[in-house]
Order: sequence, then structure tokens, then C-alpha cells
Amino acid sequence: MNSITNFLSHFFVTGDPMIYGADVSIVLVTLAIFFVLTYFKKWKWLWQEWLTTTDHKKIGIMYIIAALLMFFRGGVDALMMRTQLALPGMTFLNSDHYNQVFTTHGTIMIIFAAMPFIFGLMNIAVPLQIGARDVAFPFLNAVSFWLFFAGAMLFNLSFVIGGSPDAGWSAYAPYAGTELNPGVGENYYLLAVQISGIGSLATGINFLVTILKMRAPGMTLFKMPMFSWSILITSVIMIFAFPAFTVALALMTVDRIFGGHFFTIASGGSPMLWANLFWFWGHPEVYIVLLPVFGIFSEVIATFAHKTLFGYAIMVWSMVAISLLSFITWLHHFFTMGNTAPVNAFFSISTMLIAIPTGVKIFNWLFTLNKGRIHFTTPMLWALAFIPNFTIGGVTGVMLAMAPADYQYHNSAFLVAHFHSTLIAGTVFGIFCGLHYWWPKMFGYLLDEKRGKWAFWVFMISFNICFMPMYFLGLMGQTRRMYTYPAGLGWGPVNFVITIGAFGMGVGFVIMAYNIIWSALHGKRDTTGDPWDGRTLEWSIPSPAAEYNFATIPTVSTRDAFEAMKEDKRAGKEKAPAAYKPIHMPNNSAIPVVMSAFMFIAGFGFVFWWFWMAIPGVIGVIGCMIARSFVYNDAHLIPVEEIERTERAAGRLS
Amino acid sequence: MAESLLSLNPKKRKDLPLEYSTEEGDLKIVGFWVFLAAELVLFGTLFGSYLVLQSHTAGGPSAHELFKIGPVMIETVVLLVSSFTCGLSTLELRRHNVKGLIGWLVVTVLLGLVFIGFEGNEFFTYAAHEGATLQTSAFLSGFFILLGTHGAHVSLGIVWIAGILIQLARRGITPVTARKAFIVGLYWHFLDVVWIFIFTAVYLTGWVM
Ligand code: HEM
Ligand SMILES: [Cu+2]
Repeated sequence: MNSITNFLSHFFVTGDPMIYGADVSIVLVTLAIFFVLTYFKKWKWLWQEWLTTTDHKKIGIMYIIAALLMFFRGGVDALMMRTQLALPGMTFLNSDHYNQVFTTHGTIMIIFAAMPFIFGLMNIAVPLQIGARDVAFPFLNAVSFWLFFAGAMLFNLSFVIGGSPDAGWSAYAPYAGTELNPGVGENYYLLAVQISGIGSLATGINFLVTILKMRAPGMTLFKMPMFSWSILITSVIMIFAFPAFTVALALMTVDRIFGGHFFTIASGGSPMLWANLFWFWGHPEVYIVLLPVFGIFSEVIATFAHKTLFGYAIMVWSMVAISLLSFITWLHHFFTMGNTAPVNAFFSISTMLIAIPTGVKIFNWLFTLNKGRIHFTTPMLWALAFIPNFTIGGVTGVMLAMAPADYQYHNSAFLVAHFHSTLIAGTVFGIFCGLHYWWPKMFGYLLDEKRGKWAFWVFMISFNICFMPMYFLGLMGQTRRMYTYPAGLGWGPVNFVITIGAFGMGVGFVIMAYNIIWSALHGKRDTTGDPWDGRTLEWSIPSPAAEYNFATIPTVSTRDAFEAMKEDKRAGKEKAPAAYKPIHMPNNSAIPVVMSAFMFIAGFGFVFWWFWMAIPGVIGVIGCMIARSFVYNDAHLIPVEEIERTERAAGRLS
Repeated sequence: MAESLLSLNPKKRKDLPLEYSTEEGDLKIVGFWVFLAAELVLFGTLFGSYLVLQSHTAGGPSAHELFKIGPVMIETVVLLVSSFTCGLSTLELRRHNVKGLIGWLVVTVLLGLVFIGFEGNEFFTYAAHEGATLQTSAFLSGFFILLGTHGAHVSLGIVWIAGILIQLARRGITPVTARKAFIVGLYWHFLDVVWIFIFTAVYLTGWVM
């Protein structure tokens, strides 16, 4: 009896009212979901239409829903930290809790919110932009999503079961090793991030092949929309960066779970090896979440300036340059950790070099706007706000890149302000921009402009209230990852302002969520499929797109293919549509969900050193792969009559 | 820019080998090459880590003291020969000879099993007789994980080929089974290449240094 209560009190996190609150809300939400689904008899619908789908558009929507939830969780973490720091000597979180919260905040925001959000948008837009009916490997695409989902669930479970990781999102050795960190928290980090990372690698391969091999006839690489270009380049980065992270995580897992000595201090391990491996992935990772939004901004700015993108080829080559440079800058994250001067000098210069292609892109966007007929829609506002706000992040980045000066800024609030200027003004503005832009294509109605603009202004102004003062706070000496500070240093008022800004961003997010619900009920229908006067192929088909996307695959002859089609139509030179032919589409499959459930079981087992649970999980995963290998009947044909019916319902066929 | 292969007209596609004769086969083969590129980075990282830690023996046995030439040479020869027989199986595939294909794949699997047997025995000897385990030193962690990852890949390959053998026996050579047999061949050759690097970077440098 005693041993059971002892076990349970370690298994479940206890002793904190916030945790009990979380326990209760998790149970309640789960029960509510079960109840609603059962009451409305939606289980079958959920399973057939969503959980087993291999349709890239539905997978994209699932990514976005999950990512929005994760944003919420990461945002709550941020507000808890800011509450704790609002005044000197606060006792809202103790030091242990603060460590856990910044760790889960950083990890969730990057791995489980920003990346999946981008995956969601690219799933929705890329096949439509290049005139394809799906991605190259629809089944693998579903596997990627479910692996991300399993990883995200495993990571979030740590809050109530076993305890959260607390070594920062960068999990530096030796602090993340077993001697200093004996609990299960870091195991959660390693396994959860590993599981979703495998999915990300698969996504990279999938989209690279999709874009290289499945473009509509006539769409050469240099006629592709810029967003698809950005995803092509991002996919290459993912393919070369993620395997290194896979290894790094695996090695630390071996250290923690099987007693290896890769990163330990004892027995010859090398903690610096971890720092190098982590950032060899970590720096490219920031471009994995940045280049796609560069693509989004390029689309949105061209659309709402009603001009073709300025300097298309230069835009492409600067992204290529950024992607190459991103692999030779990783050491700027630890200039202060004992490198020789020439090494620091090299990485200092390589980092500063990235500013050149980035600056080129900024000017190209400005030139696109120049003399455009600018339309200030919500997506455009996010794009316009990105330019100055992100530039501040870029300039402070160059400041940090100067190795001698970095000895002053390193690990200060200045750094925290810098990377939020890039991650929020870049990535977050970008995904909100893309969300509003492609929303009608996903759901067939628009998000409300008035409420959308409110959300934008509140969020954008609060962002500046939050992070502008933080630069100065850093220069005043406040360091990062510090759970409290004494009165009398003069940091109190600045921190208070920052906290106000943080809550303001929370309000902005809530307005956006409200707008989503409001628009679902009252949003303007998109009956034309082209609500923004778009330039690329995704706007040439009805909203929401049919299962097969294109009834007939378009032939492309220029950039901005849809704009050209519309011009042809105005000039009366419209081509007669080709006759429909039956369309070959992939079947649904339950294997991805089941496989990721086994992944979750295996991951959970390893977290607790429970091999009796981990091994069956691994066997289950392999079993799923074998089962898949024997599936031959994995596609169906959509007959011409059905295509005609669908197109007629969408008003595309009289 | 060259036209993407997918827009090949069906006639032209027919002239390609069977495994490339459908769009799906074409996509999957390209995708697998990309996957192998990622695998290259994965093994590259493992090699890098091993080389960094190679001299960190922490009082445990060093590479020079540990490695025995005999079994390693056998492993090397067996794996190289299996790569050759795997190549023969692809030749038989191109000739649409299902018996030959199955025969050479069976030989490949058997050689793979022999390799795993010797490697397992090698690890066991180190652990049981020399007290050299993954927990002994950073060098040994690196050694066991690098070789273990390769060995796990080979083992997975054995299971995979076995699955494809069943499908070949049931269905004969079709565009789908042809693609599967071809891809598993790529995988097997890749593991062979990795082994050559292991032989050089781990064993040869271990003996010399
Ligand atoms: C409401 C918006 C946000 C606020 C108020 C906020 C606030 C914070 C704070 C207070 C910290 C910890 C500072 C410290 O004590 O070290 C932090 C760390 C961090 N944040 Fe945010 N954040 C926000 C959004 C984001 C977003 C959108 C991302 C990424 C996409 C992000 C990524 C990170 C990362 C990676 C860390 C470092 C965690 C670590 O030290 O391991 N944050 N943030
Ligand atoms: Cu970096």
C-alpha cells in the first residue's frame, strides 16, 4: 500500500494548485470531447473524415488546429513567466517552476507550435500552388502529422505526470544529464522532440519530392510561386539538419537511459559535443521557421500591392544563400564557451554575412510595394508590420554576431528580445498572415476583417510594448532564465511594462480566436474561389478545394500563372478546358494513427525506464510498417460523373 | 530546366525499366534517394561524434587493445559479397526473372544474417571478456552506438527483404514489387558503403593508432 501511494505521488506531479487545476481541466476537457462526439454520433465521422485521412488539405487543417492549441499552451507559459518577473521578489513561481516553464515555453513554441503551423500552411498551399492533386507521399504525410501529434501529447503530459524538463529548450549537457537532472523531465524532452522530429524529416523529404516532381506542365522551377520556392529550400534544410538532431537526441537518450557517456563529465564524455550538435541543427532550425514565412510575405505583398514580385530571381538566390550560410553559423550561440579567436572570428563573419541576402529580400519587398495599388487587408497588415519589426530583430542580430560585443549581450534579456523580434515579428506575424490569407481556401469563408484588424493592432502594439523595453533591460544587466531579481536594481518598472505588453499580446491572441469563432458563424462566403484577386494557382479553383484539387491540371506558361489566365480571359483568349478524366487518389489509412499511438507508448515507456512498455511499443511500430508494406489496394479512382457533380455544385460547370 | 519525369508521356515511360514505369514508382525511388541523403547526414554525425570521442578511453580499453582483425575481416567480406549478390538480384529483376531475383535476395539475406551473427558475437566478446560496454567510456559509447546503428539498419534490412520476398513469391514481378525490390537494393548498397567507412574510420585507424 505504502509503495503504491509513494509511486503515485511521484508519478503524478503533486503539491501545486496550478497543477491540480491542470489535472482537473484535462479530465474535464477529455470528458467533454467524449460526450460531444458520442452525443452527436460523430465518432465515425471523425475517424473517417479526419483521423485516417491522407488528404493534404485536411492534414494541413489538423496541423493548424493542433498548432493553435500549442500556441495557447506556450502563451500561457509566457504569461506565467512574465507574471513572475513583473515585480521584484515575486513568489508566483519558485525557481524550479520557472526553469520548467521557460523550457516548455521555448520547446513548445518552436517545435510544437511554429513548425507545425508552417507545416499546416504548406500542406494546404503548396500542392495547390504548383497544380498538383496531392503531395508525393500522402500516406507518409499522414504519418508525419501523427508523429508530431504523438510527440506533442507526450511533451505536454510531462506537466501533470512525472514532471517537466527544466534544462532549457537547448538542453545543455551536463545539466541535462542524469547526475544533475535525475527525474523523468529531460527524458520527456528527448523522446517527444525525437518523435516529432522524425515526422519533420519525413515532411522535408515529402515536400522536396513533391515540388521537384509534381509541378503542373510548363511550371519550370523559376515560374513557381515564391512560397513554394521557400518550402523547397526549407525542405532541403530540414533534410540536412534534422538527422544531426536525431543523432544528438539519441545520444543523450543513450546517456540518460542506458548509461552512456557521450556528454557526461565522467568517463571522457564531452558536454561541448552536445552544444555543437544541438546548434548544428538549431541554427538551421530558425531558418526552417523563417524562410517559409518569407515565402508567405512574398505572396501576400505581391497580391495586395497588385504587382508581380520585384526581383523574383534575386529573391530565390538570396534564400539559397541564406540556406547555405545557415549551416556555417552555429557557433555564434556559444562565442563565450572557450573557442579560439580565429574560430570566433570565422563564425562572427559568417553570421554577419546572412544579413546581406536578408537585407536584399527586405528591399525587394519594399520595391514590390513601391507604386503598387496597396490594399490594406488583415493579411497585408501583418506583412507590412513584419518589415520594420523584423528588421529590428535583424539589426540586433548583427550586434550579437560581433563576438567581442557578445560577451556583453550573451544570455541577457537583450538576446531574449532579439530572438523574439525575429520569432514573433517574423514567424508569428507570418503564420497569422498566412492563416488569414489562406483561410478562405481552407474553409470557404473569410475571416472577418474588422475583428482581424483589431487582433492585429492589439497584438502588434503589445509586441512592441513587451519587447522594445526588453532590449534596454538586457543592457541594464538583467540576464535570461533568471526567476527573480531584488528591488533596487532599477529593473522593476521596465519589467512591469514588459509584462503589460505580454498580456496585451495574450489579448490580441484571444481576439483572433474570437474572430475565428465569429467568422465561422457569420463570415463572408467565398463564392468565387478568388477573394483577394490572387495571382497564383490556388485561387483558380473553388474554395474549399475539392478532394482532387484540380478537375483538370492547368498548363502554365508564366509566373503568376492565375493572373495570366485572368488576363487571357479578359482579352477573350481563354483556353477551352480539357475533358475530365477519372482521377487516381490515395485511400484513407488507419495505420498512421495506430503507428503513432505505438510510438507514444514506446516513448512513454522509455521516459520512465519501463522497458516492458517501451519494447512492445517499438514492436508495434515495426508491425505497422510491415502491415503497410502488404497493403496493395491503397488508391481509388474518382469517376468522371462524380467530378462533374462536384464541379457543378461549385458552380464551375453549367 | 528539364521537364519533370512525371510529365513523360505514357509511351516514353514504357521504355523505362519496370520499377520506373509508373509515376508512383518514379516518385518513390526519388524519395528514397533523398532519404538516403538524410541517412548520410545521420551517419556523418555519428562518425563525427565517434572521431571526437575516439581517444577518450577514460582508463578503459583503447581501440588498439580491443579490436581483433579476424572477425572484422570476415564481417567485411561477408557484407561486401552480400552487396554483390544484391546487385545480381537487381540484374535478374531487369531481366524479369523472378526465380533469379528471389534466389539472389535469399542469398543476400543469409549473408546479412551471417554478418549480424559475427557482429553480435564481436560485441558479446568485448562486453563479456574485456568488460568493454557502452557504459565503460565515451570511446566505447561512440563505438557501440555507431556500429549498433549500422547493425540495426542491417537487421531492419533483413526483415524488409524478407517481407518483399513474400510479396515477390505471391505476386511475381509487377511494377510495384519491382520498385520495392529495387529500393531495398539501394538501401542495402548504402549500408555497404557505410560499412566501408566504418572499416576505415573505426577499425583501420584503431589498429594504426
Ligand atoms: C506572447 C508572446 C511571448 C512572450 C511574452 C514570451 C516571453 C518569453 C520569456 C519571458 C522567456 C524567458 C526569458 C528567460 O527568463 O530566459 C522566453 C523564452 C523563450 N521564448 Fe518566448 N515569448 C513569447 C512568444 C514566443 C514565441 C512565439 C516563440 C517561438 C516561436 C518563443 C520562443 C522562445 C524561446 C525559444 C525561449 C528560450 C527558452 C529557453 O531559455 O530555453 N517565444 N519567452
Ligand atoms: Cu543561430
